[in-house]
Amino acid sequence: MVNLEINDVSFSYPGADILHNITFSIGPGEMTGLIGPNGSGKSTLIKCIDTILKPKGSILLSGKDILTMPRVDLAKSIGLVPQHGTSAMDSTVFETVLMGRRPHAAWRISEEDINKVANALERLGIGDMAMRDFSSLSGGQKQMVLLARAICQEPEVLLLDEPTSALDIRHQLEVLEIVNHLVKERNMSAIIALHDLNLGARYTDSMVMLRQGVIFSAGSPVDLYTPEMIEEVYGVKAEIISVHGKPHVVPIRPVEYGHFHPDDYKAEVSMEIPA
Amino acid sequence: MIKFKYSTIIHTLFQNSNIASQHISMNDHQGVSLRYCEVMSQHNPENSQSNASMSEIQSSYYRYHSRKVLFLLSVSFGILFLVGIAASFGSYELDLVTVYTTIFAGIFPGMGIPESVANTIIWDIRLPRISMAIVCGASLGVAGAILQGVLRNPLAEPFTLGISSAAAMGASLAIIGGLKLFGAYSVVLNAFISAFLATMVIYSIAKSKGMTPEAIILAGIAIMFLLDAVTSFMQYLGTAEQVQAVVFWMMGSVSVANWETVFIVFCIAVIAIPYLIYKASDLTIIGAGDETAHSLGINVEHVRMRTLIFAALLTASVTAFCGIIGFVGLVSPHITRMAIGGDNRYVIPGSALVGGILLLGADTVARTILAPMILPVGIMTALVGVPFFMFLFMRKRKELW
Repeated sequence: MVNLEINDVSFSYPGADILHNITFSIGPGEMTGLIGPNGSGKSTLIKCIDTILKPKGSILLSGKDILTMPRVDLAKSIGLVPQHGTSAMDSTVFETVLMGRRPHAAWRISEEDINKVANALERLGIGDMAMRDFSSLSGGQKQMVLLARAICQEPEVLLLDEPTSALDIRHQLEVLEIVNHLVKERNMSAIIALHDLNLGARYTDSMVMLRQGVIFSAGSPVDLYTPEMIEEVYGVKAEIISVHGKPHVVPIRPVEYGHFHPDDYKAEVSMEIPA
Repeated sequence: MIKFKYSTIIHTLFQNSNIASQHISMNDHQGVSLRYCEVMSQHNPENSQSNASMSEIQSSYYRYHSRKVLFLLSVSFGILFLVGIAASFGSYELDLVTVYTTIFAGIFPGMGIPESVANTIIWDIRLPRISMAIVCGASLGVAGAILQGVLRNPLAEPFTLGISSAAAMGASLAIIGGLKLFGAYSVVLNAFISAFLATMVIYSIAKSKGMTPEAIILAGIAIMFLLDAVTSFMQYLGTAEQVQAVVFWMMGSVSVANWETVFIVFCIAVIAIPYLIYKASDLTIIGAGDETAHSLGINVEHVRMRTLIFAALLTASVTAFCGIIGFVGLVSPHITRMAIGGDNRYVIPGSALVGGILLLGADTVARTILAPMILPVGIMTALVGVPFFMFLFMRKRKELW
């Protein structure tokens, strides 16, 4: 059963084409990584799938076109963890996570809603912060709260827009471990825009590489990552090694930087570490 | 020549970590075996954080919730108490017991025969004014809470957005310019329409240009200066009597209160405030950002437009009858949020109650502090409001700008 099909999706702002004919699909229990350089259209595609932007083409969720679905129904099926999340003025962590119940809840907050919020906070290890002001949290803590909010939304598809960009390595791993666990446990689908190629290789089942708004290549990380691909898409010389069976990109230097030729500077960038 | 030895780099990075040394085994320079999941599950005691259990989280939420209800109840009782005090002050002094029995007897006829002088003073003179102060304060408080929520700006209120200035211009057009399309109600309706239009203009500008909260306030201040210039021009042209009427109107006063005017303002409040409380949870989520709200199933434009129209109605109705009363709309939502947090389901009724008690308190002081002279209440609210505004500005400066 295919959960989400993205068919021939294009999007443009007035005077600027951002996405061209994007087509791929994702099944239940799968994590798909969206990678690509800055400005390649990753965040735009995420926003199109959440219908924040209205693209051309069709996006089918279990056969239904989400572009014509009522907003509330869609919010029950698709959850978003934004890149830089904020909360309302003077909102506590609990209240912020409670917002995730909005598609399911009436005006009155039920005991079930409170249980679900408390459960999500406990599972993510942020229960102690429940009554703290959201704005007083660190970047990593905020990201956890936004993830908890998306979990409370109980979606079938989880969209994450560079959820680890502002985090230290511990929080990067924590967030991705949790998402990975949820996807498998609840048989959800997740689409996750990432900058870190190695985290992507480690946690996703398949990857879609965007460049200038088109799909440059797609497939499993093992097939996708080659030194040639990294050089062509990112303009970076890199070597690919294998870490625990997963490809690991080791960037070496940009092919060109500015108007300087790399050979002029090789003495400064070279390094040798004694064994 | 660049030369990396990957295994060495990773070993160097991790050699001081007790986690890594247990779980990383080095093979050759092409294959480093890292058991990620075990690394993740092995918590370093220094990094592990204590975590509240589900029941602890629930009980802390219920405690927090009780605090909100307690706040609303306390302010409600505060208003009831202040009504008694306000009704007892004046050129004819009444004691609290007489005041409450007279009010009670008026509400429930046949429960006792009130003293006729006290009955007249309270029901015909003081209570209309007191009711007007409460209803206007509540309306302004709610309007401020909505404007701050919809525009995601803690400085938004009718005054800083130029809405009050628009009302003043509308009123001065009627008083001085002779634009009296609505007969006896020209001042009121001109002010009402101008205030309403100004709100829509500010909203349209903010929406079409995708403006930041700071820019919306700047646009509001620019509109305020423009409209104030028109009002000043009208005053320049007007006769001394006309100018005096405009100036008195602009100072803001609840002295126009009679049961008829109270009824009109009350009707608008009684329609608008329940609707806004009904939309409160959507408004809270819009406070977290348009994209988040959209993602959580809210039709942001619908909610924003409708709540803004009701906020404009509330502001316009108060300003039309009572003139410009500043700062109640600004400070009431802030006081409420400081006490009970940012959930608009409580902030909106809380702002109504705090606005009501503030304006009633300010009016009671304004008419007794220099008795028998009665000061316009707009002067009192500004005298109290400006220091509070400065305090807020100093405290939250980094967050605001």
